Amino acid sequence: MIAENFNYEAPSTLEEAISLLHEYGDEAKILAGGHSLIPMMKLRFAAPTHLIDINNIPGLSYVKEEGGMLKIGAMTKEVEVEDSEIIKSKYHLFTDATKLIADPQVRNFGTLGGNLAHGDAANDHPAVMFALGASVEITGKDGKRTVPIDDFFHGFYTTSVQHGEVLTEIQIPAASGRFGSAYHKAERKVGDYATAGVAAMVQIDEDGKCTRAGIGLTNVNSIPMRAARSEEVLIGSDLSESVINQAALFASEDCNPSEDLRGNVEYKRHLVKIITKRMLNKAISRAK
Amino acid sequence: MTKKITLKINGAEHTMEVEPRMLLVHAIRENASLTGTHIGCDTSSCGACTILIDGKSAKSCTVLAVQADGKEIATVEGLATAEGLHPIQEGFHLNHALHCGFCTPGMMMRAIELLEKNPNPTEDEIRWGIAGNLCRCTGYNNIVSAIQWTSAKMQGKELPSTEPKFV
Ligand SMILES: Cc1cc2nc3c(=O)[nH]c(=O)nc-3n(C[C@H](O)[C@H](O)[C@H](O)COP(=O)(O)OP(=O)(O)OC[C@H]3O[C@@H](n4cnc5c(N)ncnc54)[C@H](O)[C@@H]3O)c2cc1C
Ligand code: FES
Ligand code: FES
Repeated sequence: MIAENFNYEAPSTLEEAISLLHEYGDEAKILAGGHSLIPMMKLRFAAPTHLIDINNIPGLSYVKEEGGMLKIGAMTKEVEVEDSEIIKSKYHLFTDATKLIADPQVRNFGTLGGNLAHGDAANDHPAVMFALGASVEITGKDGKRTVPIDDFFHGFYTTSVQHGEVLTEIQIPAASGRFGSAYHKAERKVGDYATAGVAAMVQIDEDGKCTRAGIGLTNVNSIPMRAARSEEVLIGSDLSESVINQAALFASEDCNPSEDLRGNVEYKRHLVKIITKRMLNKAISRAK
Repeated sequence: MTKKITLKINGAEHTMEVEPRMLLVHAIRENASLTGTHIGCDTSSCGACTILIDGKSAKSCTVLAVQADGKEIATVEGLATAEGLHPIQEGFHLNHALHCGFCTPGMMMRAIELLEKNPNPTEDEIRWGIAGNLCRCTGYNNIVSAIQWTSAKMQGKELPSTEPKFV
């Protein structure tokens, strides 16, 4: 399958990329890892006339903790997240999620920024970002702005990244104290998109009380979503079994899956309930 | 509008004029006439087109040729030298790790990066490591054995038996 023809440019600075994106407007698309965009162009679901490859721009790929934040450069590849010592030591849900995203070859290319900017509810990182309470830094002609993940996804393949803008950084409140997180998705085969997936995060104080909680859901709503009612019952609770059961039930009630080849609505709601329960228990056990 | 690019494939420079939409796998097979890299699914699913770009395994049906401009590319044709087969080829040969052979070039290129990053992988790590490569013939067990054998060989360890195992 061959994509429609396009012009290709690979600028070496962010300013240049932004000015090219302005010049071409909605005819242009950013090329990051290309592992969502190129398949879509081959199927001719997308036919941009200009591709702006941002891989030659230095400084967009890193994982670091700074000023109470975990910061991930938009061009950081899945494999770099997988291999990061900071991630492996504290942010276990990334390790859980990356292992289940596609396969090693795809993870050598796919970027975290691309995974979010693609705006697909089937992708796994959106749920991770909801669970962690992330914000996304977007850079345009007039500088940078920061958008909370709750306001980022607008609809099918649409996000708050406007034409002429580049998603540059993911910002996450750093793990502190007794912090634990976990991610799992049910998939038909290794590397498949989720039938249903759940990301969970909890922070617990010395008395065993939950001070922060986050739950994000994958592929059970038209856009990536937070299980807000579930979080409410968790925060301030003692995370007892009955609280966890209630949170899992709320997540399964509040999601809005549609029937497809991966399963029917009832089955997907059931998966959300079971996986939420398991991921909460896993996150709690990791919150040492 | 075409672009002039240079691919360094297995050490040799190939300069070519390509449309930006040309896929790397087509540049390798058609422009550089190296047909050892296969096209199975053409949808990033099967791994038959796996090559190395600057040492990293990639599905060349999902990379544009222009993205690889100036990069070092390794394909199956570059594995054997005048001295003989590459250890991964020897491993696949001795362990009967192929039947039709369609998946084999991609499987071996993937295994090379796997062993480069993790010289002594567990069986589980090997199976996760080749999760992006489909084989419709072997049932994978002999492929796993071949990679284990190659791991031992490359580290100068005692070589596992290559007697067929019936599982
Ligand atoms: C076989 C296969 C299986 C997969 N399975 C999974 C899976 O299980 N889970 C999962 O989450 N994903 C999966 N993916 C998708 C993969 O993770 C993609 O790499 C990812 O969704 C997009 O990242 P990318 O860097 O490749 O982006 P690209 O494909 O380059 O871009 C995607 C979109 O985002 C835009 N974009 C990219 N970067 C930026 C930026 N910095 N600023 C603004 N816009 C930007 C592009 O213009 C484009 O519209 C799979 C892909 C393949 C090929
Ligand atoms: S041909 Fe590239 S993954 Fe199948
Ligand atoms: S040997 Fe035939 S597909 Fe693997």
